[in-house]
Order: sequence, then C-alpha cells, then structure tokens
Amino acid sequence: MSTRMPASPADTAVVRRLKIHVLRYNPQDPASKPHLELFEVDEAPSMTLFVALNDIRDRQDPSLQFDFVCRAGICGSCAMLINGRPGLACRTLTSVLGERITLAPLPFFELIGDLSVNTGKWMRGMSERLEAWIHSSSEMDLRRLEERMEPELAEQIYELERCIECGCCLAACGTARMRQEFVGAVGLNKIARLRLDPRDQRTDADYYELIGDDDGVFGCMSLLGCQDVCPKDLDLQTQIAYMRRKMLRAAVFSGR
Amino acid sequence: MKVVYTDVLVIGGGLAGLRTAVGVRQRGLDVLVLSLVPAKRSHSVAAQGGMQASLGNSAMGAGDNEDIHFEDTVRGSDWGADQRVVRMFVNTAPKAIRELAAWGVPWSRVARGSRESVVNAEKITISEADDAHGLITARDFGGTKKWRTCYTSDGTGHTMLYALGDQTIAHGIPVLERQEALALLHEGNRCHGAVVRDLITGELTAYVAKATTIATGGYGRIYKVSTNAIICEGTGIALALETGVATLGNMEAVQFHPTAIITAGILTTEGCRGDGGVLRDVDGHRFMPDYEPEKKELASRDVVSRRMTEHMRKGKGVPSRYGDHLWLDITGLGRAHIEKNLREVKDICEYFLGINPVEQWIPVRPTQHYSMGGIRTDHTGQSPTLKGLFSCGESACWDLHGFNRLGGNSVAETVVSGMIVAEFIADYCETEGGELSIGTGLVREFLDRERQRLDALLLGTGGESVTALRESMETVMMDKVGIFRTGEELEAAVQELQDLLHRSRNITLRTKAPGANPELVAAYRVQKMLKIALCVAQGALLRTESRGAHFREDYPQRNDRDWLKRTLATWENDSDDLPSIHYEEIPVTDMELPPGFRGYGTRNHVDHPDTEARVAEVEKTLAEVPEADRFARQQALMDYESLLPEKYRGRNERLTERL
Ligand SMILES: Cc1cc2nc3c(=O)[nH]c(=O)nc-3n(C[C@H](O)[C@H](O)[C@H](O)COP(=O)(O)OP(=O)(O)OC[C@H]3O[C@@H](n4cnc5c(N)ncnc54)[C@H](O)[C@@H]3O)c2cc1C
Repeated sequence: MSTRMPASPADTAVVRRLKIHVLRYNPQDPASKPHLELFEVDEAPSMTLFVALNDIRDRQDPSLQFDFVCRAGICGSCAMLINGRPGLACRTLTSVLGERITLAPLPFFELIGDLSVNTGKWMRGMSERLEAWIHSSSEMDLRRLEERMEPELAEQIYELERCIECGCCLAACGTARMRQEFVGAVGLNKIARLRLDPRDQRTDADYYELIGDDDGVFGCMSLLGCQDVCPKDLDLQTQIAYMRRKMLRAAVFSGR
Repeated sequence: MKVVYTDVLVIGGGLAGLRTAVGVRQRGLDVLVLSLVPAKRSHSVAAQGGMQASLGNSAMGAGDNEDIHFEDTVRGSDWGADQRVVRMFVNTAPKAIRELAAWGVPWSRVARGSRESVVNAEKITISEADDAHGLITARDFGGTKKWRTCYTSDGTGHTMLYALGDQTIAHGIPVLERQEALALLHEGNRCHGAVVRDLITGELTAYVAKATTIATGGYGRIYKVSTNAIICEGTGIALALETGVATLGNMEAVQFHPTAIITAGILTTEGCRGDGGVLRDVDGHRFMPDYEPEKKELASRDVVSRRMTEHMRKGKGVPSRYGDHLWLDITGLGRAHIEKNLREVKDICEYFLGINPVEQWIPVRPTQHYSMGGIRTDHTGQSPTLKGLFSCGESACWDLHGFNRLGGNSVAETVVSGMIVAEFIADYCETEGGELSIGTGLVREFLDRERQRLDALLLGTGGESVTALRESMETVMMDKVGIFRTGEELEAAVQELQDLLHRSRNITLRTKAPGANPELVAAYRVQKMLKIALCVAQGALLRTESRGAHFREDYPQRNDRDWLKRTLATWENDSDDLPSIHYEEIPVTDMELPPGFRGYGTRNHVDHPDTEARVAEVEKTLAEVPEADRFARQQALMDYESLLPEKYRGRNERLTERL
C-alpha cells in the first residue's frame, strides 16, 4: 500500500513547454478560414487538456471555443481529436502526450467553432429517429411496490447504459464517414440496451423497423474503430454483432 | 424583434427542469426547455452516489419509512428546513423512484441470501430476505438512520438524467440547447418570461410565457475549488435577484463535501464511506472516531468536513505541493466491490491521479459542493413576491435542506420538486396566470436593455480584465467565506467583493465579436456571479450564529433564540453594491419536530423561547394517539397532505406495509 502522492513528470524533470496546435475555424465569421494555430503553454503538475485549454483562453486568446461541463469524464461534452484520435480532453493528462500536441474538432458533427461541435443536436435527432425510450403501455401506480428485476439483469442494463453520448464512436467510424444517416455505435448500443430491458415492450420486429437497414445495424463494417476509442470501454462490437444476429432472425421470421 | 410564445418556459435542462417539463406537458400545456448545454450533459449527470427514498427493501433499511426520513432530513438541516416541505418530500420520494424505475432507470436490486459487506471498517454478513429479492436496494449515506440511498452502481445521476432525457424526447418537448437566459421579463409583481441569448449566434429572443420556471442548479463556481460542473455559476438564480422583486433564501448556506480529490476538486462519492471506506491522517490513523465516536465517517457532511479541517489545523494533514490533504482509504472494500459499485471513482483516480484505489489511498480534502440557498419559493415552487415565477431543484429554496443537505436528498429533491411544482404550475396556468397580459412595448424595452448591456460590454474601455475579476472573486470566497468563518474575514470579503463588483462595471474585452464569444459570456456572467457572491458573504456576515454548514468561529453556538429564521436577500437597484437582507421567522409553534440536539459533538445551543412549550405540546398530543398508528400520530402533529397535489397524496407500499 502506498501512502505517497503519485509521481508526476514535474517532480523530476524540468518543466516542459507544450506546443499546442489547435485547428481553428469560426463558420459564423465570413472572414475566417480553417487554419492551425500554435499556442505555447508551460506544463504544470497534473495538467489536463481542460486546464491547458482554459489557460490558453484566459491568458492568450479569449476567443478560443471549446466545450467542457463536468471536467471529470462523465458528461461527454469535450470529445475532440487529440493528436488525431477521438478522446475526452478533460481527462487527458498532458503528461501522457508529447511536447507537441494537435487538437482538432470531432469530425462528422456540425462544427460550431474551433473545437466545439454540435453533438447534442445529432444525439437528439438520433433518439427521435430510433424512438430511443422505454415503450410501455402498463399502468403506473406509484403507490405500489415497484416491478421486480433480477439484480444481474439490472447490472447488465447499467453496463450498456453507461454510454455518455460523447460522439467518439462516430468520429472513429468508417461507415459514418460515408453515410451521414448512420446511427453509429451509440444508436445501436442504445437499442441493445432497450432490447435487454423487459420494461420496453417492443419486439424484435419493432426494432427491425428502426435499425434493420444500412443506416442501422447492417451498415457496420466491423472495423472496431468505435470500440477502440470508447472512453467508457463499452463492448460495442459484441453488442452490434449480437444485434445483427437478432435483426437477421427478425427479418427471416417476419418473412422479409 | 424575435418573440416566441409558450405556456411554460423552463430554464434549465437538468433533472429538476426536465421533470417539471414532462409534468406540465402531461397536463396538456405547451412547454419549452432552455439549456446552456445539451440536457443530458447538465450537472445532474455527475451525481454518483444515489437518491434517498424510504423503500425499506434491503435488510439494512428494514423498518425505514417516511417518518425516519423526515427526522433525518430535519436534523440534517439543523432545523432550518420548512418541515411541511420535508413531509411533502419524504412522502413523494418513493413515488418518484418508482416512476423512474418504470421509465427505465436500472436501479441496483436486492439479491436474496447472504453477502459480505464492510461496516465501520469491519467485515459483516448481511442476509437479504427472499421476499425482497429483485426490489430496489439501498446503500448507507451520511446522517441517515437507515440504509436509504438507492443507486445504480455509482452512476445514479447519469441513469436518472438519461431516463428523464428520454422521456422528454418521448413527450416531444423541445429542448433548446446552447441558449442562455439573460434576464426575466417582468412588470410589477408578475413575471412574463425571459430574454435569451443564443450562445452560437449571439441572437437575442424574448420568450413570453404564462409561467416561467428557473431550474438552473447551484452556484458552486463562485468558489475557486468546487466539485460542481463548470457551468454551475448561479447565473440562473441571479436572474431572479436582478428583478429586484423576487427574493433569494439562505444564500450563506453552502455545503462542503468531505472527499474531493486534490487538486482538480473532482468528487469521490459519499458512497465510498457509505460502503465502508475510512478517513486517515498523515500517520495513517483513522481519526473520525476520535471526534464523532458514534457516527464516525458517516456523520453529516458539514460535520465531517469541519472535523477534517480541524484535524488538518492540528498539523495532522498530509503535506503536498498543493497544500494539506487527508486520505480516503477504500482498500478494505475489495477489488470486486470497487470495480462494480465504485467504478466511476476508480476511473477518476486512475485518470486524474494515476493511482489505483483498490490498493492505494486517495488524497482528498473538503471542497465546495452544494448550494442550499436559492430562489425563495413557497411549497408550490412559486416566488411569493413575483407571481408567475417558479423554481425547483438546486436553484430553489422551498426549503427542504435548511442549513445542510443530506447526501442523496438532492437528486431526490430535483425529481420530487419537479413532479410537485409541475402540478402547481399547470394549476396556475389554468387559473390566475391563464391570460398572457404583456404588451409588445414591454418586451421591446427588455430586449433593448439587454442589447444595450451587451453593447456596453463589447465597447467597454475601462480596462478591467474578466479573468482577473473572476479569479479574485473565487479566491475571496474560498479564503474568507469557506468552512470556518469569522466576522473579521467576512467583513473583508464583503468589501473586496464590492470592490470587484465596481470594477466589473468597467470591463474591457479583447474579443469584440457579437456572436460566439466566450469572453463576452464570461464578462456578463461574472457581473451576475459577484452579486450572488455578495449575497452569500453578506448573509454569512450578518448571521452571528452557527447552523448546519454555516459555521462562525466567533459564534460557535446554534442560537435558536435569535436566529431560527431564514435569510432573504433582494437586490433593489442595479447600481446597488450590496443586497438588502431581511429575515423570515421559522415558527417553532407548528413544528412536528421541535428544535433539539442534533447529535454531534456536545450539546451546545441556545433554545428558542417557544421550544419548551412546543415540546410539551407534542408530547401531550402523542400521548393521546395510539403508538401503533404512525400515520395518525403524524397527522395529529402537523398537516401536510392537503398541501400536496392530489395526484401525489396517499401512502407508499412497503413489504411490511401492504396497501
Ligand atoms: C459531483 C457531484 C456528485 C453529486 N452526487 C449526488 C448524489 O449522489 N446524490 C444526490 O442526491 N445529489 C448529488 N449531487 C447533487 C445533485 O447532483 C445536484 O444538486 C442536482 O443534480 C441539481 O440538479 P438541477 O436539475 O437542480 O440542476 P443542474 O443539473 O445543475 O441543471 C441546471 C440546468 O440549468 C441550465 N442553465 C443554467 N443556467 C442557465 C441559463 N442562464 N439559461 C439557460 N439554462 C441555464 C444548465 O444548462 C442545466 O441544464 C452531486 C453533485 C455533485 C457536484
């Protein structure tokens, strides 16, 4: 058991001067053109990209746009390309990166400006399209005992529920690059989660209507990009493969 | 001039705002939700530990009911709460959790049979009954007599907000994201909606509504280090303050959570201690039993935070580059438990500290966490002074938490108050507030005023920097309006904040863009935040007693004789540099649970002159009602059921109390 603070690079080494290249573009401003801009920041102990970007905005360029909310890896606001790879900026320690860092907005989503993209709008659209909520016609009597659920089942549902809709999976997805309408691992995982849940009374035939095409489960090319980058380590490929089998079955049995 | 009309405008897309929106929609009203961020990214998503509701399903919660939840909450509040509101709340919480269960929250469930658990650093065996199998389970949290905190691993807020977010979509309720309310539209004592700025384009729109609800969360970010999301800046509460008509309640009541990690201030849930974790000092000694032999690490939050600070002041903190800290030790809980029930904590430790809490101790210290204060409302959620303005959730003070909130009571409050307040809003729209009675002249006036304010900021040449103002404010609050407070420091704080407020009227921006402009946003927010900070500091300065989370070293006693009252703050003119502070008595004569000893440290408070008589009256009343009928006993002491919307009246079924 250790009772010491973890060693950080600054304990031993000289302070690094980070060279952070940010892809900048403000679509609201007709004069703006996409370009890389260099900011230099002295690295501090336990510095995250959240700290570094705020430092840049506070002390160098107050117009820099980016999104952080919880800054604890929970809310999914701050996904961006970190040296080309989708990830959550708030929980990325600069110490795990080289001195030269490149930051770009997440592709696939509508750009708001600089590192800020409109994932919220896309996620809402996806939820509407997939009717991604519990469909139940049971009467609720709130005064009565709740419906029982097997403890393991509740855990399995929670496991899939842990998705934070950050958009990393779509940014890393080959299909999404070609099909703007693709619902992505985030959408397919959500349907897998609802399907597992006895409170959602829909059948596989109903789900087939929603994801039984190339914008849904048959669009996935199993390139594993989504799973590689998922910040919550969700087992997305297993879920997608499972859903594909179930949807094929649904298609066969309904005589499609 | 862009104007949008709706029945109900809800400002805030967290748990409280969404539940309100769903409720009024179910009553057939038109509703719009505004949010700074996508609703599912609201701060509510970060709640880890759980939601209190007295289901009493699990063995360690057996025998729990509304009465015990009521008593814990009132004691926790240090008798600052409105006891009728507490009763409304505890009676609705089981209904709220059952509704959320039906909407898809995968609450962790009771599993029949025996399992090992850690209580008070010792392994014990807990046996769950057969007939409880599959019902919603609960964990232990501070300040509660029973294990009452229901949870989904440590992602409770996430699962609740996603279920509610999905319901919002299912009900077809528009959530307008990246929209910031800048001011309320109001005339005389009537609120008519809000002026709203689009954070992407900078465009201003007036939203005119029969009822306006503020559900914008807390104001933690006026402090330098806070567990809150960075958008919890209290600017929604400032909307009400700036009307000069609505009042804010108990703004000085600010809670510090015992265990946030250094330096980022990210929370490790109370579930860590609830599940058996302990606090240790520089010598590895478990010190809480020395101070609080009975409750130890699970004393009320304000108490644990003070004890930790006290212990560090004695030189028992662990020195580090970032100042002193203590250790949270959850190694005794075992890998399996941590990886399943405290996974978020493990992630946070790995990502932000580079340690594994299964094997290593976590460096923690008390950090700003929760805002008990907020927009003063009555039990219906409506401002008593500004009609048509409602508020619920952390931004409101209706007043459930008094001077200290119990862990797990906040997410419960968000949904419970959303359910209840939605009914009252709908009633209001159907009756007195029914007609929209606002002229376009007034709308134009407010839009022009906000436009001029923004232009003044964009053109300002006074030379003051937003970043400098903000950093100074955060430091003043942290150093002088923190866990331990003194008159001298608070006086200095008020002066310094006033100075900052004056300077905030002379800001010069470096970015002049009228559209997306983070610096402009920071500028108008810091002006609002300084007013909120002044309400907190001034309220704390004037309150010469200690109650709940408000602790005055120069007045360490709770003083019911002089201070059993709620602080009310108003900001009369925009050019003022201090809020006006008034008080509202909390009457002892109709309390179900008259003020008493809270059970921490030694008994040390000044009684209210009415307390003795009320205690005698309660005893006498109870002597006449049979012990077995807890409902009749409660009813004899204080009526609350008639205050609840009809829909939510009635008893809650339990395994041991079948309907
Ligand atoms: C780390 C952490 C863990 C916690 N864990 C627990 C727990 O385990 N149990 C518990 O009971 N409580 C917990 N709490 C407390 C609890 O999470 C909050 O009190 C609660 O979620 C607040 O919900 P809300 O709906 O009132 O506000 P929020 O969730 O903060 O939502 C506020 C909303 O208002 C919007 N908004 C704000 N200002 C404006 C504006 N001017 N214009 C437009 N929109 C605006 C925001 O975009 C957001 O949508 C925790 C808190 C923290 C910090």
